[in-house]
Amino acid sequence: MTLLHWAVLLPFIAAILIPFLYKYLKRIHTGWFVLILPLVLFVYFLSFIPKTSSGEVILNNLNWVPSLGINFNVYLDGLSLLFALLITGIGSLVVLYSIYYLSKHKEKLNNFYVYLLMFMGAMLGVVLSDNLIVIYVFWELTSIASSLLISYWYTREKSVYGAQKSMYITVFGGLSMLGGFSLLYVIAGTFSIRELIANADLVMASSLFIPAMILVLLGAFTKSAQFPFHIWLPDAMEAPTPVSAYLHSATMVKAGIYLVARLTGVFGGAPEWFWIITIAGLVTLTWGSISAVRQKDLKGILAFSTVSQLGLIMSLLGAGSAAFYFQDGDNALYMTAILAAVFHLINHATFKGSLFMAAGIIDHETGTRDIRKLGGLMTVLPVTATISLIGLASMAGLPPFNGFLSKELFFTGMLNVTEYGIFNLETFGFIIPVIAWIASVFTFLYCILMFSKTFMGKFDISKLKVKHVHEAPIGMLISPVILAALVVVFGLFPNLLAYSLIEPAMAAIIPGILSPGEFFDVHISHWHGFSPELWMTFGVVALGILLFMTFKKWENTAFYRGEQDLFNYAYDSGYEGLIKGSQWITRLQMTGRLRDYFIYMNTFIILIMAYTMYRYSLPAIQSLDLSPIPIYFWLVILVFIGSIVVIPFINNRVALIIATGVSGFIVALLFVLFRAPDLALTQLLIESVSVILFMLVFYHLPKLKKVKTPPKMKAVKLIISIGFGLMITLGSLSVFSMGQEVNFDSISEYYTENSKEEAGGYNIVNVILVDFRGLDTMLEILVVSMAVLTVVSLIRLRFKGSEDI
Amino acid sequence: MELLMSIVIGIIFSVTIYLFMSKNLLRVVAATLLLSHGVHLLLLTMSGLQRGAAPILSFDADAYTDPLPQALVLTAIVISFGVTAILLVMSYRTYKVHKTDDLEELRGSADE
Amino acid sequence: MMQKPNNMMLQTLARLIILIILSFSIYLLLAGHNSPGGGFVGGLMTASAILILYLSFDLKSIQKAIKFDYIKIIGIGLLFASLTGVVSMLFGFPFLKQFFDYFTLPILGEVELTTAMVFDLGVYFVVLASALTIILTIAEDDK
Repeated sequence: MTLLHWAVLLPFIAAILIPFLYKYLKRIHTGWFVLILPLVLFVYFLSFIPKTSSGEVILNNLNWVPSLGINFNVYLDGLSLLFALLITGIGSLVVLYSIYYLSKHKEKLNNFYVYLLMFMGAMLGVVLSDNLIVIYVFWELTSIASSLLISYWYTREKSVYGAQKSMYITVFGGLSMLGGFSLLYVIAGTFSIRELIANADLVMASSLFIPAMILVLLGAFTKSAQFPFHIWLPDAMEAPTPVSAYLHSATMVKAGIYLVARLTGVFGGAPEWFWIITIAGLVTLTWGSISAVRQKDLKGILAFSTVSQLGLIMSLLGAGSAAFYFQDGDNALYMTAILAAVFHLINHATFKGSLFMAAGIIDHETGTRDIRKLGGLMTVLPVTATISLIGLASMAGLPPFNGFLSKELFFTGMLNVTEYGIFNLETFGFIIPVIAWIASVFTFLYCILMFSKTFMGKFDISKLKVKHVHEAPIGMLISPVILAALVVVFGLFPNLLAYSLIEPAMAAIIPGILSPGEFFDVHISHWHGFSPELWMTFGVVALGILLFMTFKKWENTAFYRGEQDLFNYAYDSGYEGLIKGSQWITRLQMTGRLRDYFIYMNTFIILIMAYTMYRYSLPAIQSLDLSPIPIYFWLVILVFIGSIVVIPFINNRVALIIATGVSGFIVALLFVLFRAPDLALTQLLIESVSVILFMLVFYHLPKLKKVKTPPKMKAVKLIISIGFGLMITLGSLSVFSMGQEVNFDSISEYYTENSKEEAGGYNIVNVILVDFRGLDTMLEILVVSMAVLTVVSLIRLRFKGSEDI
Repeated sequence: MELLMSIVIGIIFSVTIYLFMSKNLLRVVAATLLLSHGVHLLLLTMSGLQRGAAPILSFDADAYTDPLPQALVLTAIVISFGVTAILLVMSYRTYKVHKTDDLEELRGSADE
Repeated sequence: MMQKPNNMMLQTLARLIILIILSFSIYLLLAGHNSPGGGFVGGLMTASAILILYLSFDLKSIQKAIKFDYIKIIGIGLLFASLTGVVSMLFGFPFLKQFFDYFTLPILGEVELTTAMVFDLGVYFVVLASALTIILTIAEDDK
């Protein structure tokens, strides 16, 4: 256990303590205690920057299940550090914000912070583990924490719906991912990411490469809300806004991006990886930005914009993965994509975090997030308006904010793709920058729409539920102001990050390209001259403003009026269908008739047994060494068969008891003949007691009625019962003959030989019961006792005051 | 003898399954009783019958019958007594409460 | 059933038979380790002896004569059985490890005593009381 292990585990430990703090220190908002943890961790992680920026990595091993190759090995390099800083940094700001957002009088703060800390620990676990199985465990924990946080206001139907949806989709992805990890283990024999990267050639050559890749990508795409799995993210907005800012824009949804970045070293270089990720990212980018335009809920817009921005980062990672194809080619060509991905990851966290917090303030102060009701808030909420303006301008890609820089880099990356000259890019490659450009237009459009609808126009308090609207308290403004300030700082001085965070992360995404001591050339500049990228930006702004001006014309079209994502219908009807389908199947088989159940079960048993015997030609009963049959035995057997076969025809209670009794006593007789004196005695006595029991109960039951069964049913019953009997006969014979043919040492001999010496008993059966297998007997008498208690409670305990007699 | 017993056991199972599919609660209970007989005999038969003396060492025989199935069956007899008792009491209570021993009538409504 | 049987012959015979059965059942219990018998058989035998009592006389008078709570006896039996296991654990042996030795007692001569006997006694109590409880509970419900 090193400090890094503790850094992952600390949030979990804190989560255990929170309920007590909440209970006994009610006067202080629980958030203040929670705040300490991410702050400390943030500072702790900051201290690693000098190490990682010099290309160092930290690896601390801790065995967990070494026999299965599962070890909790903590691995810290540039990429992990970047994520760890995001998790703890944004985490601190979010906790601070939540202290003012959630009232300590009304909310169940203990639940909230326990889930939040659980998430924080799990997320740190994901980004700091080297072992795939450990990553999987933490990965699912983040899904669980996320669902719990979405359903934080669990009395709201929509919250529960959103939580369920996110749970189904992300856990489905998580399980696929586990399948992919297992395949990787099958291929390379290790769960360690570093070893996998070292064996990337082996993985690439395997026939399981494509299945493993697709399964892993399913996990990454569901988590990072990539098309068409993005539908859970908008519904996740039912969570309290701090959660949306934290989990659903800055950290958890980027776990998929982290995974793709981390595994680029394993899968990168394959055309499938390149195409799937780039296309999925671009489609998500476009779909998200177009859908965001249609939203009327502030958080809805932000949710779809998050979807779209995640797609953007994803497509950049896809484009950058080609680096492995070239190995040591012209690295500026594809390096721009990786650089843009990392840079935009940071930028997105800053501007989207501030926007979510601003939306939260608006919601908090006006009581609504519906842009149709809002307007003119600029004068009422000046600080919030400024924060939003900075955030939205950055997201839209306007200078001088950081979003502009990463958007330019994004265009460069996408334009470079056309020059790769591989994977058939020379024919279809031009589509990629075109799609990127179209999506950017819509991004620009929803940014203007969001700002104008919320802050411009006329302020109309009559549409709101509250009487007065005023600026949020200072504490609530601190976090978004810090984030907005970062947007500006990173925009003006992007090279602050270049070699401290971005370059080490890039080196971690595409390991092995550079020789030790070498560094990627990272220089982010504002002015490249009148490059194609700049013209593209001009185009985006021009077309975006044009669309905004003509917005009135298509405000009433079906496109704008509907909010629902098409894929929601697919999800909802699929969900409905699943429930209806299982109900249908249940109703089909669960008829409530014992007879039907027996028909189903026995038919399957007969079929399976028959098939098995046929398949393994079991009834090859050739060398049957049968015991001779004495004459008197025939007589016993005849009476026995008679007493049994007659039972179904009996229509008289007493006769039924006598027939079953006779058969029981003959069984006792058979035990005598089979040289089992103990059994014979027990059977005899049990049978007597049973007959008394039967008499007692039958006395109260009605007379047996003659039942008329339709001949068809009768035939079915006959066929099934005779078939079953036949299978048992064949099974018994084949087991018997197998026992003779195989000629193995029977375990019974041990008992026969040791009964006298070890246990001092001559009656082997009794010695087995009380000595060798004493525990079995012990449990058996326990079972008998429970049966007695059941009988007693069935008879003696009655409901009082109901119709029960 | 094993062949004969296997056939007898097959017959017991056939009758049992047939009774299980009947509508009458009592017949079902009787069937469980028969089923336990069938299983006990099956266990003994599969290990071979009448091959040596009873498993009591004071007989001082050359060979003894396999004691292990016997120990198994001994416990099974007692357990199946418990099961029969519970089933009987349940059918008794069912009849008292619902006034019928017809399984078709005891099905309950469709939306239950 | 079991409410008011009135059969002089049965009652007289029962007194005699029960004595024989009871003593035989004790023999079965004690001899179980070396010859057919044991806790299961002994318990069932005792139970059937007591059941004959109930069948030949009526429920109430027997309950006056035998004032056992059978469910408690089940508990005692389980306790016996598990204690033999725990005791061997106290001496550092595995749970339910049984021991035996031969002793020379007055009158009886050389006798084998085993801890398994205590275990079997537990089984005996459980089986005896179970059989009786099941039947008597149903019989009592007749009223």
